[in-house]
Amino acid sequence: MTPSDLDRPGCDDVAALRVEGLEKSFGNYPVLRGVTLTAHRHEVIGILGSSGSGKSTLLRCLNLLELPNRGRMWVLGERLKLREAVNGRGGAILDRRQIQRVRASLGMVFQSFNLWPHRTILENVAEGPTHVLRQSRREAIGVAEHYLAQVGLADRRHHYPHHLSGGQQQRAGIARALAMEPAVLLFDEPTSALDPELTGEVLKVIRSLAEEGRTMLLVTHELAFAREVSTRAAFMHDGKIEEEGPSRQLFLEPASERLRRFLQSHY
Amino acid sequence: MQIDIFLQSIVTLANAAFLTIALTVPSLVIGFVISVPLAFMRASDSRYLSSAILAYTYVVRGTPLLVQLFLIYYGLGQIDVIRHSPLWVLLRDPFWCALLAFSLNSAAYTTELFRGAIQAVPRGLVEAAEAVGMSRLQQARLITFPIAFRAALPSYTNEVIGLLKASSLASTVTLLEITGVARRLVSETFAPYEIFLAAGVIYLALTYLVTSVFRLLERHLAGAEPKVARETAMLSLRRISP
Repeated sequence: MTPSDLDRPGCDDVAALRVEGLEKSFGNYPVLRGVTLTAHRHEVIGILGSSGSGKSTLLRCLNLLELPNRGRMWVLGERLKLREAVNGRGGAILDRRQIQRVRASLGMVFQSFNLWPHRTILENVAEGPTHVLRQSRREAIGVAEHYLAQVGLADRRHHYPHHLSGGQQQRAGIARALAMEPAVLLFDEPTSALDPELTGEVLKVIRSLAEEGRTMLLVTHELAFAREVSTRAAFMHDGKIEEEGPSRQLFLEPASERLRRFLQSHY
Repeated sequence: MQIDIFLQSIVTLANAAFLTIALTVPSLVIGFVISVPLAFMRASDSRYLSSAILAYTYVVRGTPLLVQLFLIYYGLGQIDVIRHSPLWVLLRDPFWCALLAFSLNSAAYTTELFRGAIQAVPRGLVEAAEAVGMSRLQQARLITFPIAFRAALPSYTNEVIGLLKASSLASTVTLLEITGVARRLVSETFAPYEIFLAAGVIYLALTYLVTSVFRLLERHLAGAEPKVARETAMLSLRRISP
């Protein structure tokens, strides 16, 4: 199913992304202890929590950069074929092609940008459309130029990543994710590696994407920003979602004592 | 020193350099082609795969190339199966024996060189390739290897120079490459000083050629500098001309 299939009538009930009972441990240390989360279309979900609460691991499990030990996952209604971990034997991907296809529909933006240093910005963005979506070179370049213009980097497209500032690199990273026309965008602390004066330009781009109605999951420490752009928010603590709800409500009337204290100290 | 003998040897040995090149370049190419998949296997998470490749590189790197060459040239002929196989047409010829020994030797060193470079590619760059949905082969071909190769290039230049000089061992199995011809000239003229000096000069010239080519390649692959520099140059040109 492609994102455009979702716009057909009768498909409204299909969540863009859903996980149930997601568990993940590193060695004997449990990081996720049964996370259930649904992202409907056009939702922007802010995932909050202190360091070590498992929010980044959750995001990395969603596109299988980390293999969950247990749990079920659906992307656009399609169940991912995964083997659960049993008795010390780790979880496994059962259908690599399916996972590759699904990953292509989940755009990931990394904390440390991870632009490929041997490729220009334009090539970084065009690489996925060319080799994964099998677009013609001309078509892929067109797509890449379009999204680079959207994030304000049209004039930098022939530069190599190390010639750009952190904020520019992260905007290029966002363009690289967008060029795959993903159904869901995953942001893993997109501004945490940036100098404070550079976060603004990146947040501006993310805000404009939220306004376009894109489905996004946003792990961030920028609480004010999360409150502003997200429609829903989830507060994670100790590998579980402690509280979840409409963004306004979560920030204004936190139900749990823990979230109240978290907001008081961070926000 | 007799200058005329020196100059004459330079000319004679320069001709012999063709055989040195004919031994070195194909060995490097074959070694490279073998080493890339081996390096990925060696760097893989599978311990069995990795140690199988390690066994090969360990043995080859742990024994002298001269011994390997003798084993192939003198040793293989002792085995009846090989003597009676169609391969014997090649393996009784010292050129092919030397080529085989050099290729296997170069492959082992290059494998370990690339293995280190592959493992040094930052994990996040590979994750970014995974995240856009690339297959493992695409990740290796488009991201991991190009980055690893650029990092390994200075050390790979060393390997190329090393093999170029190691090809002098081919003279021990009767091949008349630079060193082989030099030895023959010495036995005819009894002027070892002039002749080996000439041989040294030829090797030095070849090494100079190799390092120049690889320096150009390095600069080309670094890419960033020339491309941006060109653009800035064009910008400043535009600024000058109204």
